[in-house]
Amino acid sequence: MSRKLKTKEDYYLASQWTLMGRKLKKHKLAKISLLILAILYIGALFADFLAPYGLEEFNSLYKDTAPAKIHCMYEGKFVGPYVFKLRDELDFSTFTRHIYEDTSEYYKIRLFTHGEEYKILGFIKSDIHLFGVGEGSNGGAGAKIFLFGADKLGRDIFSRVLLGSRISLTIPFASAFISFFLGIAIGGLSGYFGGVFDIIIQRIIEVIGAVPQIPLWMALSAAIPSGISSVKIYFYITVILSFINWTGMARVVRGKFLSLKNEDYVMAARLAGVSTWKIIWKHLVPGFMSYLIVSLTLGIPGSILGETSMSYLNLGIKSPATSWGVLLQEASNVTDVAVHPHKLIPIIFVTITVLAYNFLGDGLRDAADPYK
Amino acid sequence: MDTNTAVMENMESNNPKKTFWEAVKDFFGKDLVQYIFKRVLMFIPTIFLVSILTFFVIQLPPGDFVSSHISSMLTSGEMVSEAEAQAMREDYGLDKPFVVQYVKWVKDIIWTPTDSSYYRINHSHHNWKYSFSYGQNVWTVIAERLGITVGITAIIMVFQYAVSIPIAIYSATHQYSVGDYIFSVIGFLGAAIPNFILAIVLMYLSYKWTGDPNLGLELKSGVGPFLKSLIIPLIVIGTSGTCGIIRSVRAQMLDEIGRQYTLTARAKGVKESKIIMKYCFRAAINPTVSGLGGILSSLFSGSTVTALVLNLQLQGPQLLKALQTQDMYLAGAIVMVQAILVVVGILLSDIALAFLDPRIRYSGGSR
Repeated sequence: MSRKLKTKEDYYLASQWTLMGRKLKKHKLAKISLLILAILYIGALFADFLAPYGLEEFNSLYKDTAPAKIHCMYEGKFVGPYVFKLRDELDFSTFTRHIYEDTSEYYKIRLFTHGEEYKILGFIKSDIHLFGVGEGSNGGAGAKIFLFGADKLGRDIFSRVLLGSRISLTIPFASAFISFFLGIAIGGLSGYFGGVFDIIIQRIIEVIGAVPQIPLWMALSAAIPSGISSVKIYFYITVILSFINWTGMARVVRGKFLSLKNEDYVMAARLAGVSTWKIIWKHLVPGFMSYLIVSLTLGIPGSILGETSMSYLNLGIKSPATSWGVLLQEASNVTDVAVHPHKLIPIIFVTITVLAYNFLGDGLRDAADPYK
Repeated sequence: MDTNTAVMENMESNNPKKTFWEAVKDFFGKDLVQYIFKRVLMFIPTIFLVSILTFFVIQLPPGDFVSSHISSMLTSGEMVSEAEAQAMREDYGLDKPFVVQYVKWVKDIIWTPTDSSYYRINHSHHNWKYSFSYGQNVWTVIAERLGITVGITAIIMVFQYAVSIPIAIYSATHQYSVGDYIFSVIGFLGAAIPNFILAIVLMYLSYKWTGDPNLGLELKSGVGPFLKSLIIPLIVIGTSGTCGIIRSVRAQMLDEIGRQYTLTARAKGVKESKIIMKYCFRAAINPTVSGLGGILSSLFSGSTVTALVLNLQLQGPQLLKALQTQDMYLAGAIVMVQAILVVVGILLSDIALAFLDPRIRYSGGSR
């Protein structure tokens, strides 16, 4: 009896967040999504180590080549996973480059190989990569392992997907966060005070929503001073995206404030002399924080897709820095897709991330619903 | 804008159309008419703010359009002296403060001759209505594509609603069924894949399967080919929005189905189809109706990238090109036209919402 009562008591005493967490655990899709997102973010954190090649490493022989073929058996013997070196030959009848595998020697795939230097987490110097290709069986060198194939300059798409995820996964997150705070602040003030202030804010929201996004992107990214470091450009792009996206959040917050501000407990707080600012942050915002978290989660996929569109229009990050949108630029016409279908691989990562965020958002919404 | 002025005229000229006006009042109810009047008044400051933002945005990129125009004239072999350049700058009022330039822009965009030869011959009459890259009045340039853009957008919107609302009702009434899952997955995937990639892959597939490389490439004349070429744009632009509508209507429907009034109706023996359509659906559709303006604007923005990939003759690519070549009059005019269309869309959706939901007319439109 005591144990049961204890859990029941726990249940009644549990905070909103404990209850949400408990319900979220029951939502299988959301749990899987959370796991996938965790893997992706860890991958982004250790991208330098996991990627066999650096951001700017290229090999022109390998340009546009399909994903590397990994073999195990060499001349009837098992030697473990290995790749062949590629060679090219000009076909004189058609004058096209013909690429073939040089089967005279094999290159075993090794773990913890030395490659381009980088800094773990930005400060520990290292040149060890998780995997790579060692020496050939006859002492040759120069073979590469391009798991997802190579782009038109002969750079490893696998490495670039990993390195690009550092931007594609963080910028939308940061951007959603900034719009989150802008939305709460502006929408909250608009809903709480109402009157002329509310009307003005409503017009501004309407106006930002009405002006087509592309000129806003272009004008704002054109306003970024040229010749600054790429890190700064990412920062500006983040800010740009969030200055356009806060309006949706502001609408939600305003609606919630309108319905909550006349509740008895807010009236009680006001009569007790609690300051406006404190009422907003201590009494009103926690009342619908869970909804805001859901909106935040569902806002991130929009930013991820927005970043790919921006890159497609050449407004985003510029090569050699990379993001998933930049990688997809290479798949931006029919010929590319028809001849080099492997260039569509980054799309899988975009889609998985967007889906994971959407499912997580759905799970959070169900968990936040007190009536279920 | 037309509906706006029409409504305004109706309101002012009370005497000759008194019977009609009264009929309107009787039909919609007094509150609704008052609400519409208030909303239409709000339309004016919104357009004013849109024009300021537009003007600010087209001014943002570094360098001015006169220098870019002069450099393009120089590359095409024309001689432009420094004095002439200075004269041009003065003509456009580029040396004046922002407010003066803005007023000139608004004035020029509204009043100037539409004859295109006027702009070619009379270079000294520089004004904001002249498109550098087309050598024509901007309204002439815009008119070429405006019809088709609005038409396509309307078709896509009708398609989105026609597809997503039945699916949403089905998913809500058959929650966690196989159909619900299938539609959810398709909807999620459609929204998770960037439009341009979807367009390219569909183009490639259509070429592979039907052997027609032009399927979806451009909008052709003739009803049959036109409809055929509409398939890919419809799928690509349509799916991204469809998912959003399905999800919001489904979630709202589920909420409403769980309400007590539904239970009451069911207990009273009201037919299930009537419960769903007459009670739940009417309550569930509200947020979707109020999101109409937003959907319109995302269609304009979302169709740009798709139109670029598919080479559709829409307004979006024209705008992009105008922005890239710093053809600022054209860009400004297109942005204004699209923004006004969206604001009109928001206005109409607000009015529709007030018509659907009496609570909104009484509370003065705070939603």
